[in-house]
Amino acid sequence: MRTRRRHRAIATMFAWAASLTIAFPLLWTLLTSFKTELEAVSFPPRFLSFDWTLANYRGILAEGDYLHSLVNSVIVAGGSSALVLALAIPAAWSMAFAPTHRTRGILLWMLSTKMLPPVGVFIPIFLFYRDWGLLDSRTGLVLLLAAANLPIAVWMLFSNFREVPGEILEASRMDGASLWQELVSVLAPLALPGIASTFFLVFTLAWNESFWTLNLVTTEATPLTAFIAAFSSPQGLFWARLSAASILSIVPVLLIGWLCQRQLVRGLTFGAVK
Amino acid sequence: MSGIVLEGVTKRFGDHLVTDAIDLVIPDGAFTVFVGPSGCGKTTLLRLIAGLEDIDSGRLLIDGVDAAQTSPAARGLAMVFQSYALYPHMTVRANLGFALKVARRPRAEIAERTEQVAEMLNLTPFLDRRPGALSGGQRQRVAIGRALVREPKAFLFDEPLSNLDAELRAQMRIEIRRLQQQLGITAIYVTHDQAEAMTMADRIVVFRDGRVEQAGSPGEIYRNPASRFVAGFIGSPRMNFLGGAIAAKHGAVTIGVRPEHLAIDPAGTISAAVQAIEYLGSDSFVHLGAQSGETLIARGVPDLDFRSGDTVQLRIAPGAVHRFDADDRAMPAPAPAPGANIFEETV
Repeated sequence: MRTRRRHRAIATMFAWAASLTIAFPLLWTLLTSFKTELEAVSFPPRFLSFDWTLANYRGILAEGDYLHSLVNSVIVAGGSSALVLALAIPAAWSMAFAPTHRTRGILLWMLSTKMLPPVGVFIPIFLFYRDWGLLDSRTGLVLLLAAANLPIAVWMLFSNFREVPGEILEASRMDGASLWQELVSVLAPLALPGIASTFFLVFTLAWNESFWTLNLVTTEATPLTAFIAAFSSPQGLFWARLSAASILSIVPVLLIGWLCQRQLVRGLTFGAVK
Repeated sequence: MSGIVLEGVTKRFGDHLVTDAIDLVIPDGAFTVFVGPSGCGKTTLLRLIAGLEDIDSGRLLIDGVDAAQTSPAARGLAMVFQSYALYPHMTVRANLGFALKVARRPRAEIAERTEQVAEMLNLTPFLDRRPGALSGGQRQRVAIGRALVREPKAFLFDEPLSNLDAELRAQMRIEIRRLQQQLGITAIYVTHDQAEAMTMADRIVVFRDGRVEQAGSPGEIYRNPASRFVAGFIGSPRMNFLGGAIAAKHGAVTIGVRPEHLAIDPAGTISAAVQAIEYLGSDSFVHLGAQSGETLIARGVPDLDFRSGDTVQLRIAPGAVHRFDADDRAMPAPAPAPGANIFEETV
């Protein structure tokens, strides 16, 4: 009994240590965002004993670029994630419920596209986008990020759909449901936790994507990643304002994560069969 | 008329022939049971009829119309799945009404039909529950109700009782049969349980390796099995088979005798050692080892004045021998030669 309690205490300590290590950069960014630029770079660093200020936030919000970038980020991340789901749900459905002997190969091939570093295709894509007039456009980013995240979404949804008993879909087919009704009325509600977590993942990936967003847009379509990056260039490095900008960029994702969480934990499949 | 006719229905999975040119007529309004060991193609055939699998070649006629290319719903058949396959995110009411809802029927009609079916199946108190909050038997009834709501041309049952305990299974057998008779709807019922087949069917179709081995009424199949396979599959305990000299005396390669036709009688001429005695009250079965090596079972021994290890004599009831040829097909009953007593032979 005593050894078990001790093991638990050790495990708890490890868990806290690991969590703090992982969260440290984020916490440090949060603290820095409330410092003045001078205190932000002071050495030795100060943890809590500094003059707390909201000046960084006030300054960023006053400049007006934040809102512009936030809107762009929401459109680009939201739009690309919606497009990803619209393509990945039918794709994963067919692979999970009507597999052929090539299904495995297609899945692996799709994943293999993620093994290529994006910079490897930067030049051709840049040239295409230039010719098609997609540079510095939200449409261009939506299309590109959707294509980039599609393989992961198909993989996630595929493994999730395979947990749904196929007989339930067959029952709906016997009941006269069209393919659309089968997907919307039966599969989607059953796979909602999986669809929600897939959406959250691709949304976060698109939100934080900073290779294409920094290289293909300049002014019109700049999302928050470009907004943050702007604080480390022309006029010098502004740690405190950079931190405040980062924190402001994280808030929307946290909000969406919190909203999705309710779906993530709901187990709907219980009692379906047997 | 809602007849289902299969003509040369063939299905392959890769190189494996699952159903091999099956010709079958499903009688209208009757309860037909597909029975056979697992992997014999019976479930696949049911799914071909339902439209959940595509037929590779052959014709499927429903009401005289070739339905092989028709979508599952348009065939007008309803299926009850082994796992029930209820929609877990919908209430019982929504489960029952789903087919009508997707068919865009008026709301009042959906409500009326749903209540009516729920009434019929004693599901009214559970209409607002989800499947997860129901017992196995209740889920089973919802699955049947979902099929009933559509007023189908035929019911297709895919081993619907295999997830229930023995008592509930026996009860549901009667309930399903009563419902089918009451509504007079054609039913096809797949099972691997020969007892279920015998008790429920108007007509049994015995499958083996993707082919129809025999089709007929339970009585016909029990009394006149077409092959050694059917003889051994239908009936419990299974038929005794004897080969060698005794079969040769009957002009057959193998003979079969049902346990109830094998009597322990001091005047009998087959010697066998008692291995075990199963006493079930109304019935008793004696497991015996014949001298020639076969294991035999005799049923209904009146006075059990012997024990395991004793040697007893067995007698085959007159006229109860099934004869099988080298291909295990049944041979016609022999005309008894005058004066000869072919049933009194020594093993």
